[in-house]
Amino acid sequence: MLNIKVKILIIFCLLLFNSTVQAKNPSELIVGIVDQASSILSGNLSDNEKITQLNDIAENNVDIKGIGFYTLGKFRKNISSEDQDRYADLFRKYFLKSFSSRLVTYTDPKINVISEKVVNEKYTIVNSILVATEKRPEVKIDWRVYTKNPDKPLIRDLIVEGLSLARTQKEEFKSVIQNNNNDINALFKTLEDFINK
Amino acid sequence: MKNYTSLARFYHSNYSFTLIKDFIYNLRMKKYLLLLFLSFLITFNAHSSSDGTNEMSKKNSGEVKDCFESLNRGIFAFNQAIDTLIIEPVAKGYRYLPKPIRNGTSNVLDNISLVVTIPNNILQGDIKVAGKNSARFILNSTIGILGFFDPATKIGLNDYVKEDWGQTLGTWGVGEGCFIVLPVLGPSTLRDASASLVNYVGGNAWYNITVDEDTHYFSDFDYYASRGLTGVDFRAKNIESFDNLEANSLDFYASVKSLYLQDRKKKIFNSDEIIETLDDSDWEEIDN
Repeated sequence: MLNIKVKILIIFCLLLFNSTVQAKNPSELIVGIVDQASSILSGNLSDNEKITQLNDIAENNVDIKGIGFYTLGKFRKNISSEDQDRYADLFRKYFLKSFSSRLVTYTDPKINVISEKVVNEKYTIVNSILVATEKRPEVKIDWRVYTKNPDKPLIRDLIVEGLSLARTQKEEFKSVIQNNNNDINALFKTLEDFINK
Repeated sequence: MKNYTSLARFYHSNYSFTLIKDFIYNLRMKKYLLLLFLSFLITFNAHSSSDGTNEMSKKNSGEVKDCFESLNRGIFAFNQAIDTLIIEPVAKGYRYLPKPIRNGTSNVLDNISLVVTIPNNILQGDIKVAGKNSARFILNSTIGILGFFDPATKIGLNDYVKEDWGQTLGTWGVGEGCFIVLPVLGPSTLRDASASLVNYVGGNAWYNITVDEDTHYFSDFDYYASRGLTGVDFRAKNIESFDNLEANSLDFYASVKSLYLQDRKKKIFNSDEIIETLDDSDWEEIDN
């Protein structure tokens, strides 16, 4: 009987230890991502290999579905569930293509995480600096990390010099829809064109 | 002969006096008309944004109307052509200059901008910052050789943030009004564009001593060269960012508009704290 209790205790401790080890704080998440991205970008890989590996990082650490729905704004409520699924799929492809093509031109970017600020239980802002190079000045980058599930924090926005990329994307999508008589299909078409170009 | 000379002097002095009088009268009229126009625009702006409510009081992302979108998009396309043909190639060439020269040029331009920043610091109630910026201006203009070097930063007068008349109106609660795109100058709002007219009615000491020729040490060329260089310097620092943004945009005009308006809001708040400039309720919607 005692033996069983000890075994249960050991299993419980192991599970607890395991979950503690896996849980990352937001700063560690960003440092980890930056290190991985940096080693990919500075490595001797082809552009296609770099893109594949960068996309893996994004899929594991970015809340792509959440950003997609945020970006759709008020239009999300007015479309059918089939259109929502179609949009989620198109947005995922669009995001990954846009994300990797933005990064692939950088070679060994140096990003230093400097601090973090807990906004509330759902969000933490991680502050970092993209170190200056000969061509461009230092850039301040803040990461909005969604921490509702503390064991799996996810990035929801990048704020470059105080300017939110998610917000910019949201206003861009809104413009595309509004300039096409509020037709969501126009956005789908534009996203498809971007993905296929 | 003596009488003739006296007469000539009399006519000359009278003529000069008339000229000066006309000049002052014209200047006053010009200023009066500009101020009248400015007041009209500011009044119009105060009510044109979001049904007359004060944007600052809401502390969120009040939407700025794009009242002239078709015209704006046309001017935006024109500006892009000017950028492709002139500004970007010049900015790329500018990058070939040695870094100390580029840094020095940036420093001179920053130093010139202080003559607009300091009065705006005062009008926004930032007296301490106005004092710090005045010390910065004196130090860099003298020891720093007309601002080319930046000894002020080395002694701790750092974190210089530019202020302008539009930002002051923003802190006073004047709404943005409609979004507009100005030829060559780029994105703006009715509030910011109308507020910038203050620069031409005595609100910009650099303009006064160059174009208005309050002194004979500088000319119009110096003013317009500094404006041009400011644009080129900014463009040179952002070549990759612009290219990247354009390549990955579905609607480049909408992206630039969004970034410009976010940037202005951030500058008016005078805050790097993004939690103050972004509204969490936008995100909360998708969590529910």
